[in-house]
Amino acid sequence: MCDTCGCSGDGGAVLRKPGVKDYHVHVGDEGGHHHHHEHEHGHDHHHDHDHHHHHGEARKVQVEQDVLLQNNLLAERNRGWFEARRVLALNFLSSPGSGKTSILEKTIPMIREQCPVTVIEGDQQTTNDADRIDALGVPVIQVNTGTGCHLDAQMVQRAVRELDPPERSLLCIENVGNLVCPALFDLGEAKKVVVISTTEGEDKPIKYPTMFHHADVVLLNKIDLLPHLDFDAAKCRDYAMQVNHHLEWIEVSAKTGEGFDQWIAWLTAKLKKL
Amino acid sequence: MHEMSIALSVIEAVVDKAREEGGGRITGIELVVGRLAGVQVESLRFCFDAAARETLAEGAELLIEEREGRGRCEACGAEFAVTSFYAKCPSCGQFRVRIESGEELAVRSFTME
Repeated sequence: MCDTCGCSGDGGAVLRKPGVKDYHVHVGDEGGHHHHHEHEHGHDHHHDHDHHHHHGEARKVQVEQDVLLQNNLLAERNRGWFEARRVLALNFLSSPGSGKTSILEKTIPMIREQCPVTVIEGDQQTTNDADRIDALGVPVIQVNTGTGCHLDAQMVQRAVRELDPPERSLLCIENVGNLVCPALFDLGEAKKVVVISTTEGEDKPIKYPTMFHHADVVLLNKIDLLPHLDFDAAKCRDYAMQVNHHLEWIEVSAKTGEGFDQWIAWLTAKLKKL
Repeated sequence: MHEMSIALSVIEAVVDKAREEGGGRITGIELVVGRLAGVQVESLRFCFDAAARETLAEGAELLIEEREGRGRCEACGAEFAVTSFYAKCPSCGQFRVRIESGEELAVRSFTME
């Protein structure tokens, strides 16, 4: 149930904007209007065709269809839209607490002189992360997934419609903190950026290989803490490369800014190709 | 627990197709799930009944064919079975596997009345 308006949203995703209290849009509702507590749930499905019920006559229907076909089709539509509009869409993925939002807070002021930046924040609840991005003065939409453990292509499509990223811009999509489920759901992004931090186990890439297998670049965050930890960065990198030998690997500290020259260079190279 | 989303996607795909076919009750669904698809078969089964409730597929039997993963070494070309993306080539010992199969997650067919 939607905790804002009490409608039967069935735990569906809700979009929110920092500082706009009564703004909330349920993903899956048709139309671009912002309905303030006037939800139109229960879309009628009219089927004009006859329903032939052949009772007792069981028959097999071949389908041969990818289970995630609907998500993948929507993701491809998002991707086409991003490409046509020359928007570099990045999907940021990590465990909770690896520093995705801190990395964005550090990155945005360094990159915004090159191009406009917009952000989609994914969390089960709260607009805390969106509030942090909003404080930087860039457009941000929070997607609250409710009980959902990942963003999907439909949520991103809906958020993008609200956000309306300008041409030749960078769109950062911060996924729900989770190294398992978001790996399966294509959002239409150009690249997947996986963040891990030195306070986690260095064997994370082999514990959660699916995520690292699908990643394009890994940011190892919190390297300022390395002198105080037993974390073996080289070993972690080796594990990651064993899961996916095409990975790019960048070591950073969102706190001190160390390594950000390399990360910003990576972003700049991608932005130049738009 | 993305298995609930997966279960709902299965039901949606099958129910849509069943409507096209005349809208009879669905009694069985066949899925193919690769070992590297990132889906826990037990969780999927657990979610399936709830996802099917009040649809044409309520009470349908779920048949899941699990498919093993196959990889090919990009260093020496050997082909071998893999159980994860972290796989060592049994021939040359390198970790440069390219996944050839095992990522399938598909509805193969369903049975309707």
